[in-house]
Amino acid sequence: MPGLTLVPVGAVPAGFLSALSARIVSLFAFETVRARDPLDPSFSRDPERGQLHSTRLLEALAAACPPGDGERILGVADADLFIPILTFVFGEAQLSGPAAVLSLTRLRPEFYGLPRDDSVLLARTVKEALHELGHTYGLLHCRRPDCVMRASTNAGEVDLKPALFCRSCAAATRS
Amino acid sequence: MATASILIIDDERVVQESLSRWFTEYGYDVRTAGDGRSGLSALAERPSDIVLLDIKMPGMDGITVLERIKEVAPEVVVIIMTAFATVDYAVSALKMGAWDFIRKPFDPDDLSRLVEKALEHRGLMAENVQLKRSIEEIARFDDVIGKSAAMQAVLNLVRTVGSTDSTVLILGESGTGKELIARAIHAASPRRYMPIVPVSCGALPDTLMESELFGHEKGAFTGAQYRRKGKLELADGGTLFLDEVGEISPKTQVDLLRVLEDRAFVRLGGQKLTEVDFRLVSATHRDLEAMVREGTFRQDLFYRLNVVPVRIPPLRERREDIPLLAEHFLSKLSRQMNRRFAGFEPAAMDRLARHDWPGNVRELENAVERAMVVGTPPVIREADLPMKAAGEPFPVEGETSLAAMERVHIQRILDKNESNVSRAARELGIDRVTLYNKIRKYGLRKE
Repeated sequence: MPGLTLVPVGAVPAGFLSALSARIVSLFAFETVRARDPLDPSFSRDPERGQLHSTRLLEALAAACPPGDGERILGVADADLFIPILTFVFGEAQLSGPAAVLSLTRLRPEFYGLPRDDSVLLARTVKEALHELGHTYGLLHCRRPDCVMRASTNAGEVDLKPALFCRSCAAATRS
Repeated sequence: MATASILIIDDERVVQESLSRWFTEYGYDVRTAGDGRSGLSALAERPSDIVLLDIKMPGMDGITVLERIKEVAPEVVVIIMTAFATVDYAVSALKMGAWDFIRKPFDPDDLSRLVEKALEHRGLMAENVQLKRSIEEIARFDDVIGKSAAMQAVLNLVRTVGSTDSTVLILGESGTGKELIARAIHAASPRRYMPIVPVSCGALPDTLMESELFGHEKGAFTGAQYRRKGKLELADGGTLFLDEVGEISPKTQVDLLRVLEDRAFVRLGGQKLTEVDFRLVSATHRDLEAMVREGTFRQDLFYRLNVVPVRIPPLRERREDIPLLAEHFLSKLSRQMNRRFAGFEPAAMDRLARHDWPGNVRELENAVERAMVVGTPPVIREADLPMKAAGEPFPVEGETSLAAMERVHIQRILDKNESNVSRAARELGIDRVTLYNKIRKYGLRKE
């Protein structure tokens, strides 16, 4: 499997990205996971909503990814993301394309008034990363509860699914 | 499971694209349209399970589009998308048949659940249509067999009267299939998706009949531990079938008359008047007019019941139907009994056709069933049939009571079996003790 480039979108704690990178390597079997300089997200910020437009971020990330060699690029933003018709998104990916992006904002326990817990944040981020990267391999949402490709529209649903692909989704990422 | 399809009708391109991507990731078959007209064209080309419809669009607005969708594809579930300022429009849309509405921008959780529920609703509607189709299939007149002119006239009347809400009185001898005709009338009526509730008026004593018809409140009488709905209430919206209506007591006749006049009743032990809406079909083998003359049946109730009389001819008046019915029963029972009979030998069919069938179609069915038990596949032989040969009056001329028939029949079977009670009992399908009792009762000879 070709490599993955991790891109901090704005300021993201460096230690967190290293931990995420290690978990993704163990779970997704990318040959290499590289880190890159942060992407300045100001071009995608909606002043009224105070959120980043995830589709615009995806376009910028895809442009920075070498085309045609199977490489993937994953942006990690420590800011809330949106698409115009929805109040927020956890992340967005190009279906069968190279780029994906996710937000840490709503994966943090403290967003819901709970104490900070970095292990919970990391566990949720790993699942979101696998989920969005799964879309870049053409995977759609999976109905199985034991698959990371199951749709989740709140943090509780993210917690419920495992950081694993079911057998058929795993096979699709390899083919 | 087929892929669910969603059509997004919104003039904002960014909304179309965002939602399209979002739903595509769910695996839905997504199409988009930028205005009402092209949305309607897309639907005409291929239906969608769900339409997400923006209410404020240039040209044809969402309300008009909704009206058109409901005209051409009422089964489509329409969800209105609206900005906060247009809630009034959304409420109007709901009144016009939209399934729900959602405010822009959507919370992804709300959107996901709304679409799941909408698809569930769509699935239930589709299931409902399928069940209705199944009911139509089941409700065809397949079990009412008869090519004779007499039976065709009955079936034509059933079709005509079925589509109305008229009260019907079915007249016919025992075993002519009065309940089958009642069910056919119900099946041909607009009430066919509601129940038909049969009441055997001859089977219950007066007190039980009241409770059966009207139901009772808890504590209405000893043993009434729970409130129970009566048949009248159960038939609400459907058809009440009063079988053997000639058997009801004078008191129940009065009660029934009151219900038919008021279309309302009070449960036993209750005080509240309960309104009911049912279609009444009654049946009897009795001559109700004669009973009215004798004073045993109320004239006013008779007129209430006898709005459209349907007389089912006895089998002996439509002999041409006998082979058809016999073949029908043979095929039906072959499946049920798992005994493969292909048909009747000509002599057997000839005997069936000549028999007078005092017990009508029911007797014929029983005769075929018995022949299938005693006979050996692949054909029913004359010897397998339980009736006497043609030309032998059955059982005695002039005597038509059941007791007289039973007495003569038992004597004949005893004679045939050389007074061997065990063999005779076996052939009659009763036990030896019962046969001995009947021999004693009728004073029959054993030798």
